[in-house]
Amino acid sequence: MTEDVLCTFCGCLCDDLRVEVADGRVQKVRGACRLGASKIMGHDRIKTPMIREDGVLREATYDQACARAAQILLEAKRPVLYGWASTSCEADRKGILLAEEVGGVMDTTATVCHGPSILGIEEKGLAGATLGQVKNRADLIIFWGCNPAEAHPRHALRYSSNACGRFTPEGRSGRKVMVVDVRETRSAKNADKFLRLIPGTDYEVISAMRMILGGKADVVPETVAGLPKTQLVETVEIMKNARFGVIFFGLGMTHSRGRYKNVDNALSLVAELNAFTKFVVMAMRGHYNVAGIGQVMACASGYPMSVDYSRGAPYFNPGETTICDLLNRKEADAALVIAADPASNFPRSTVEALAEVPVIQIDPFENPTTLLADVVIPSAIAGVEAEGTAYRMDGMCLRLRKLVDSEFPSDEAILQRIIDNVRRLRA
Amino acid sequence: MIIRGGIVYDPANGIYGEEMDLFIEGGRIAEEAAGPELDASGLLVMPGGVDAHSHIAGTKVNTGRIMRPDDSRMGTEPRNPVCRPCTGYTVPNCYAIGYRYARMGYTTAFEAATPIINARHTHEELEEIPILDKGALTLFGSNWTVLECVRDKDLAKLAAYVAWGLRASRGYGVKIVNPGGGEAWGFGANVKGLYDTVPNFDVTPAEIIESLAKANEMLGLPHSIHLHFNNLGKPGNYTTAIETLDLLKGVQASRMRQVVHIAHMQFSAYGGTGWKDFESKGPAIADYFNRHSHATMDLGMVLFGPATTMTADGPLEYANSRLLHAKWANCDYELEDSSGVVPLVYGRKMPINAIQWAIGLELALMTKDPWKVIMTTDHPNGAPFVNYPEVIALLMSRPKREEEIATVHELVKSRTALPTLEREMDWTDIAVMTRAGPARILGLEDKGHLGKGADGDVAVYNLRPDEIDPSRDHALVKAALAKARYTIKGGTLVARDGEILSAPPGRTYWVDAGVAEADANRLMADLKDKFDRYYSIQISNYMVQDAYISHPNVIRAGLQVREGEDRSSHALAREA
Repeated sequence: MTEDVLCTFCGCLCDDLRVEVADGRVQKVRGACRLGASKIMGHDRIKTPMIREDGVLREATYDQACARAAQILLEAKRPVLYGWASTSCEADRKGILLAEEVGGVMDTTATVCHGPSILGIEEKGLAGATLGQVKNRADLIIFWGCNPAEAHPRHALRYSSNACGRFTPEGRSGRKVMVVDVRETRSAKNADKFLRLIPGTDYEVISAMRMILGGKADVVPETVAGLPKTQLVETVEIMKNARFGVIFFGLGMTHSRGRYKNVDNALSLVAELNAFTKFVVMAMRGHYNVAGIGQVMACASGYPMSVDYSRGAPYFNPGETTICDLLNRKEADAALVIAADPASNFPRSTVEALAEVPVIQIDPFENPTTLLADVVIPSAIAGVEAEGTAYRMDGMCLRLRKLVDSEFPSDEAILQRIIDNVRRLRA
Repeated sequence: MIIRGGIVYDPANGIYGEEMDLFIEGGRIAEEAAGPELDASGLLVMPGGVDAHSHIAGTKVNTGRIMRPDDSRMGTEPRNPVCRPCTGYTVPNCYAIGYRYARMGYTTAFEAATPIINARHTHEELEEIPILDKGALTLFGSNWTVLECVRDKDLAKLAAYVAWGLRASRGYGVKIVNPGGGEAWGFGANVKGLYDTVPNFDVTPAEIIESLAKANEMLGLPHSIHLHFNNLGKPGNYTTAIETLDLLKGVQASRMRQVVHIAHMQFSAYGGTGWKDFESKGPAIADYFNRHSHATMDLGMVLFGPATTMTADGPLEYANSRLLHAKWANCDYELEDSSGVVPLVYGRKMPINAIQWAIGLELALMTKDPWKVIMTTDHPNGAPFVNYPEVIALLMSRPKREEEIATVHELVKSRTALPTLEREMDWTDIAVMTRAGPARILGLEDKGHLGKGADGDVAVYNLRPDEIDPSRDHALVKAALAKARYTIKGGTLVARDGEILSAPPGRTYWVDAGVAEADANRLMADLKDKFDRYYSIQISNYMVQDAYISHPNVIRAGLQVREGEDRSSHALAREA
């Protein structure tokens, strides 16, 4: 039994799993949620490297696949290197080096996820805290546009609604939990208070709350986006009277109408609440290391996503250097996809554009992106078969454990081989 | 390697501008050497620069980068066959930090504040900084275990925790920021003075500081406690500074060094009752340092232009953001500390900023002994480190200061003593303030000097000390210091005339201090309970692993218990 294993599923990055290993394989995962356990148990591995010939993926060696990948990246004028959220920071750093070498664009899954949140942070900063602060101190927890009961199943117990800490010994019964969403989710059913929004009205509602907080309640109309003003006044009073309040926000806020402006507004609300009490805010990050690729990119380039290396120096302009925009404009002429599945998650037109260019996929698992890949390179599963670093949704940096040996090389090793090939081909 | 004919300033070894050849063998200064020769005839030669307080790695720094894409756009440099690409001015990317220090002749820099719980992040970034030797100071001033040991007056356990925390964070020394305030900020409050009680913990900042200073000396750590005062950044705070310094007069140093190093003194040398009558108390502070020898300080010099303030003083950054209507990042760390980041611009016509600028210069010029006052800008709080040549030029030239004073807000003339100061520093003063002093204060025995066995870190500048007059030729001084003729790091030529020639990885210093086993056991029982009940991560995942320090330089301290020796009889147990 290996103790204190990190879960490589969601941004909670739980680090208290117990994993039974026998015969060089993971036999049982204890203490994880179902999502995490199923990820660690694994499924449908890609068995060998493959290269597409005459429309069919055929088996190849790692040497052949890495050489072909390097050739594709070198021949492209505008290669995009995408994904990076479900692998280790060590692999991410190799990816940045490869992007520098081939003058590519380095983009991450944040671009279709919490990208707008990052833009909001660029506008306003972010008043945050670690999850342990919430656990030990928070008496008011607001989930806005997120549904941890289904997307981050252990969040409530480990860190938020139900966690017990030094100043919160009563756990759930000593706290108020509020959910703001467009539908009554499972999280909403467990809340003390549920504010139901008309889709796309987050900005109006937050603005009204800021007005009330700022002592301008008299100019707020009697109803705001369908919500009675009295309910908003009451909500703001609850916030002001908390000892330690926190807003966790999800894609319901970042991807509804207003996008990064919603986040900007919410961050402002939280900053202003600090004139009355302690209040913090946090994005509910999805993939277990999506926070990590942002950190690694910021350290290496100054920017947390969507960095264009075609000029030799990092250039960042979301809307221009974001992968969906590059694909929509038919500008990207090759893609390396690692630890991600754009074919399932991107808008249809961008997936169509992706299908038209050579695609290199590095992943332990088959997914719909495999269907349009031209080079497929299977890798070891980070955090199960390879060590490395990952960052939790609150920025906490932790070390992934290696539980079993693998016949597959790590993402990091594969990327190094592609870099070696790039250098060899160029010389 | 042989460096021929330079005019050498090596004040730690009593060398003040002598023409000498230097030899580097196996990465260290030697009496003779083979290999390439560099011609430094008549040129200024000093040990590689040492920055004892700079924010170069970790969550705060990266938060600064993420919230400031505007800053990252400044200072963009494409990659070349030697260098990775660079971005940023106040918050440069990791590569730019290494190259830009090296260009100025600096070879060592210490990150000023890292929480234990996220030290892994700090080390991830330190690993990526090329060329420099580095280390990180670890935050202890609002840590629950510290507060409880202080409350229980259990110094032995406190020392055991400091040793454990340094090992867990792979840290180099004890950093204390606004002691107690970081804990209070967990509920949005602060402590207002030395004797204000920390909520829920029944201790005062005075008790925290004094206890940590004693624990630091019980362990015989190479560096003293490194203190960011309470009330930093507030008008009238010089009284807190002097009160705190007085508190530590009685603490015995375990080594030939200070018992407390004061971080960025400028931010705590303020008079006035508010911003309207804000004035310099630089002279009062300098006078205190002239009369006492238990403390050293770094300047925390402010220069005009953009900066990004970042500190573990969370409530200070909140106040900054409200005062300036600026964007604000905050991060509080469970059980340990708080932190914040706020960008700002210092304006020469802004009365407060102009006075701050003058205070930094006053502290340097009015403190008689340069070993007590080392140069920093508290990068990037007062200004980015690339502006060190500007600071040095100001210290060496009264005419330059007069030119500047003519362009800044006129209150500098009535609220500071700067216009009256005649002192012009010489190259020995500068070599102490930027090399020998910081190395001695940090306890880095192989740094900051050019004696036999010292690290082969040398800076050669395109300046002929025998020919130029820095007072008159301050523009030449500034230009030459910005681009060393040669920067040699561990015997490797890394930069020439501003061009990076090679970028070897640097080493990371950390301190491994031994403690009595009984104290360690008492501590671990307590920590296990804290992890079970309060931390959000497991104790087995907490400590920074060796994988994050690829080139370690471990300094031993504390009780070096030999086998068979009676552990209980050790000094630590006796003093407790």
